[in-house]
Amino acid sequence: MPEQPPKERVSNFREVALGYAPDMALAEAARCLRCKKPACVAGCPVGIDIPGFIAALADGDPRRAYAVIRQTNSLPAVCGRVCPQETQCEQACVLGKKHEPVAIGRLERYVADAFLADDACEELTGAPACPAGLEDVRVACIGAGPASLTVAGTLAARGIGVDVYEALHEPGGVLVYGIPEFRLPKAVVGREVAAMRGLGVRFFTNWVGGRTVTVPELLAKGYRAVFIGVGAGLPTFLNIPGENLIGVFSANEYLTRVNLGRAYAFPDWDTPVYPGKRVVVFGAGNVALDAARTAARLGAQRVAIVYRRTENEMPARREEIHHAKEEGIELFCLHAPLSFTGDANGRLVSVLLQKMRLGEPDDSGRCRPLACEGEYCELATDMAVVAVGTRANPLLPRTTPGLATNRWGYIGVDEETGETNIPNVFAGGDIVTGAATVISAMGAGRRAAATIAGRLLA
Amino acid sequence: MANTILRKRRLIPGQTSELVIDAPHVAAKARPGNFVILRVCPTGERIPLTIADADADAGTITLVYLVLGKTTAHLDTLEEGEAILDLCGPLGQPTHIRPHDGLVLCVGGGTGIAAMHHIAKGHHQAGNRVTGIIGARTRGLLLFEAELAAVCDTVLVATDDGSHGRKGLVTHLLEECLGDGSPVAEIVAVGPVPMMAAVSEVAGRFGVPCLVSLNSIMLDGIGMCGACRVSVGGETRFACVDGPEFDGGLVDFKELAQRLTAFRPMEQQSYAEFQQHHVCRCAN
Ligand SMILES: Cc1cc2nc3c(=O)[nH]c(=O)nc-3n(C[C@H](O)[C@H](O)[C@H](O)COP(=O)(O)OP(=O)(O)OC[C@H]3O[C@@H](n4cnc5c(N)ncnc54)[C@H](O)[C@@H]3O)c2cc1C
Ligand SMILES: Cc1cc2nc3c(=O)[nH]c(=O)nc-3n(C[C@H](O)[C@H](O)[C@H](O)COP(=O)(O)OP(=O)(O)OC[C@H]3O[C@@H](n4cnc5c(N)ncnc54)[C@H](O)[C@@H]3O)c2cc1C
Ligand code: SF4
Ligand code: SF4
Ligand code: FES
Repeated sequence: MPEQPPKERVSNFREVALGYAPDMALAEAARCLRCKKPACVAGCPVGIDIPGFIAALADGDPRRAYAVIRQTNSLPAVCGRVCPQETQCEQACVLGKKHEPVAIGRLERYVADAFLADDACEELTGAPACPAGLEDVRVACIGAGPASLTVAGTLAARGIGVDVYEALHEPGGVLVYGIPEFRLPKAVVGREVAAMRGLGVRFFTNWVGGRTVTVPELLAKGYRAVFIGVGAGLPTFLNIPGENLIGVFSANEYLTRVNLGRAYAFPDWDTPVYPGKRVVVFGAGNVALDAARTAARLGAQRVAIVYRRTENEMPARREEIHHAKEEGIELFCLHAPLSFTGDANGRLVSVLLQKMRLGEPDDSGRCRPLACEGEYCELATDMAVVAVGTRANPLLPRTTPGLATNRWGYIGVDEETGETNIPNVFAGGDIVTGAATVISAMGAGRRAAATIAGRLLA
Repeated sequence: MANTILRKRRLIPGQTSELVIDAPHVAAKARPGNFVILRVCPTGERIPLTIADADADAGTITLVYLVLGKTTAHLDTLEEGEAILDLCGPLGQPTHIRPHDGLVLCVGGGTGIAAMHHIAKGHHQAGNRVTGIIGARTRGLLLFEAELAAVCDTVLVATDDGSHGRKGLVTHLLEECLGDGSPVAEIVAVGPVPMMAAVSEVAGRFGVPCLVSLNSIMLDGIGMCGACRVSVGGETRFACVDGPEFDGGLVDFKELAQRLTAFRPMEQQSYAEFQQHHVCRCAN
């Protein structure tokens, strides 16, 4: 797939991957064997009819291809961009055993982009107008991330009215405040949200579930079901000295400033971002890579990802690691942070690192990192980003009497129905599983929506 | 319309104003100690402001702000009848108010006096005896004296230049109250960081519990980003969800004051541009 060249893209926030041209998409679609028992479908958490949409595309009918995808996926333009396809649909594709698997994600993106989502209703239902939201049958979603958006899209397509209550001023969840513009343009998310508005979904921004309105109050207001999709909570920090120095950020803060606050466009947009010159990032997942690549685009001279294992163990998507290296991000493997040092004004100046080596594999099968006693090194740095995970957000459990959580504070649900221990209260996405993926949050949304629709339309 | 400014009062011209805002769903839930996060324009920054008063029946909340930079200056250009773009709340843990035998001393400095007013009112409504202690540089900068008189049994005033009340600092008045022998159950302090640090120090010397309301930099305000973290008793806490009120004796005020300067050069740039053009550079 064509990409912006690394030298050029490190100084802008435009999308890195440019998408297929029509002839490339057709050529790729032609490779699909249209398997009778498609392994790829089993690899997709929302079970898209993959051979079905690829066949429609190969027949030169992207609108039909889009309709096939939309049967099970409410956010195709997003998934085509950020799904870890290499461990899901594409990993399962039979062609992958001997050759390259079909580039399912790229084709999905192509189809979604080719189809302008301006009259989604017509496309989904074949009807010229949206089904009117049944005024007496309404469902509320708390949070407007991929889990809730999927519930909303799925129910709305069946004529059920959905109101989405979002705490921030913009819907989209991590898709707008976390994942950077250069991987997922906000216009793409905006288009998918607009398509839902077209289906009659109402978005109420600046409404904090548990504070402005609680779950019992929503039920008392007459909502027939409530879906909780509030995502992950507070970032985990490293718990080492100097962590509150100026210049040490959580990845959530750094990325939220840049993405939700559009700080890359400061001063045209008001939210400021810290101008790190020598940046270190701790962690090795997608979040860490997004932070590192963002810092490079904001003018850092040097960006190093510090990770206590080696590149092979990094949990981020391979494509992201590859892109990051192309953009000059250094991988500082086999090092772990010990402490931060600041100047008299409380600003970060350096970080002390412990050298590590790999030991025997642990329970997860990854090699355990061990400290090399007495071996340290100090890196000069003016900005550090901590991207080592998040915890459960306690707000909803705290304000919903009786809502059951597990011992880490995540909301407990019945795996099949998505229902919590409170009847007609559902939950899904990161608030149930801990930080996971867009598509798994959507899978949870689909399960909950199926249960809700089954009850309400029965 | 939601978030419309119903009344605007210029408390200190060009510096501090009070807005009464139509926000029924926030007003219905607002408790003393809560705050809101707002944005003024589509390209604007999210900033937190304390709910200085709330009237659930009228569906209104009151905000009082000091013009410090771009966002507060832009907010100050809005007049009655105009609406605030985004307003979200109520946020934060409400003040823990319970009946006390002893006196509650509510100390306020600068704009913090208005924020403290809601807390003093809460204690008053809970049946507690409340003494308000407020201070400012000079008489013209003193806020909410009359409003406080309605909810405090006594209001004591200090000004740096002696133009009103006692000449000196609120901590002098506080020390006198604590020294005169009548039992004090609790101190609450809202104001500039150095003032809260000084009040906490005095409270510690007299062995009286002291609650302070911290104004750390915030972004989401719902416990997602970690921007608002403060050190309390050697532990990292998050002001937007664990606070904003903490035990003053345990707060690392030096760290808080330093962290508030994190974005200073950019804030100055934004404010300077705003003052020059006097319009928001809203791109869309
Ligand atoms: C930087 C980053 C990069 C990532 N990259 C990828 C990737 O490449 N591929 C991938 O598959 N996954 C990726 N992920 C993970 C993925 O984004 C999440 O797993 C997914 O977004 C979870 O969806 P969700 O709907 O559960 O929650 P979220 O997307 O977190 O949305 C939750 C929404 O609820 C709102 N909310 C929170 N509390 C309240 C409340 N009390 N009331 C109302 N609203 C509330 C939040 O503001 C938010 O809008 C990434 C995550 C991050 C942070
Ligand atoms: C819980 C809480 C309650 C508050 N209540 C009030 C109030 O009732 N009245 C009032 O006048 N002020 C209050 N503040 C402070 C107010 O938020 C800042 O004055 C405001 O953000 C300044 O924005 P600005 O753009 O006008 O100025 P800027 O030039 O951006 O900043 C001026 C100074 O304000 C602080 N600040 C900047 N951005 C933020 C931010 N996003 N969050 C917090 N502080 C910031 C910094 O110390 C900065 O140096 C409160 C702060 C908190 C955290
Ligand atoms: S949604 Fe994700 S897993 Fe499913 S087909 Fe699309 S890219 Fe593959
Ligand atoms: S497994 Fe591969 S070849 Fe077979 S249908 Fe799926 S994408 Fe096509
Ligand atoms: S402001 Fe983001 S966690 Fe408190």
